[in-house]
Amino acid sequence: MIRVNEKPVEFRQGTQLADLASAFKPGADVYIINGYPMPANTLVTEGDDCWLIKRGQIPAADEMEHLLYSRHTPGVQDKIKDSVIGIMGLGGLGSVVAMSLARIGVGQLLLADYDVVEPSNLNRQQYFIDQVGLKKTEALKTNLARINPYVEVAIFDGELTEENIPMIFKDVEVLAECLDGAPMKAKAMRAALTELPGTGYVGASGLAGFGDNNVIKTKKIRDRVYVVGDHEAEARQGQGLMAPRVGIAAHHQANQILRLLLEKE
Amino acid sequence: MNVIINGEKTEIAPETTVEDHLKHLDLNLDTVVVEADGLILKQEEYATLMLKDGMVLELIRFIGGG
Repeated sequence: MIRVNEKPVEFRQGTQLADLASAFKPGADVYIINGYPMPANTLVTEGDDCWLIKRGQIPAADEMEHLLYSRHTPGVQDKIKDSVIGIMGLGGLGSVVAMSLARIGVGQLLLADYDVVEPSNLNRQQYFIDQVGLKKTEALKTNLARINPYVEVAIFDGELTEENIPMIFKDVEVLAECLDGAPMKAKAMRAALTELPGTGYVGASGLAGFGDNNVIKTKKIRDRVYVVGDHEAEARQGQGLMAPRVGIAAHHQANQILRLLLEKE
Repeated sequence: MNVIINGEKTEIAPETTVEDHLKHLDLNLDTVVVEADGLILKQEEYATLMLKDGMVLELIRFIGGG
């Protein structure tokens, strides 16, 4: 017995992936066995999990989920597919964190920002030049849907304050602080640590310029609370924010969020 | 008297508020989160809360950029 696009199927010795394609998914031209792409003439063996995909065809929700299951370590997808993550600020950190989490197939993202896409954002933020002038919330929602339309995306289009953060993000499991200004970063952490006890929190501080990669660290503040960055490199004149280093910090954040969801830490 | 700040024993003059000490450290009050004996302080408390001998403070300083 093998599985073809999730269905159990009997097979004969000597069956190749191409044979399965003509029987179950005519026109398929991408063949995946047990999570790895393989050539058409690969012989299937007992217990194989086979996926036949037609290039250019958008997979249905269950197919997409299964593809993520087969790509990720067993058990991972079950834990993350129902997760709810809040992202405060959709700039160089927030837009990258959102992309990363959407790609792995988290359940729901709640995206918050008040701003519009500007040309100067394009050096590091996950928007396109034809989106200049659009609300970041709407633009990012569109872009995420092009990556994984099965991630639920909710948006809050407005200014975050120390007062409204606990209300807006009361139902999230983990909150990512991806804001720009230092005073607002401090306010956001105060709000979350005071009013949202038990919610995971991953902030960021110090990621400007093109300094050493390896001084960007994920620092544990207390149980389920982390701050990523070098804690020194401030965005200012002469030290701008650039895709590579902001991206390092954003992916520290995304991976820490994943670790919190998987209860690794 | 002594307080512990971010794990380090620090000598403090009596009658010092949190705000006094943050200013002494040349920190911008708006960009620091302060935890005193496990509790997160509201920013309004910085000016009124007196440091006491043996108090444990965590200062989390934020830098702009995102």
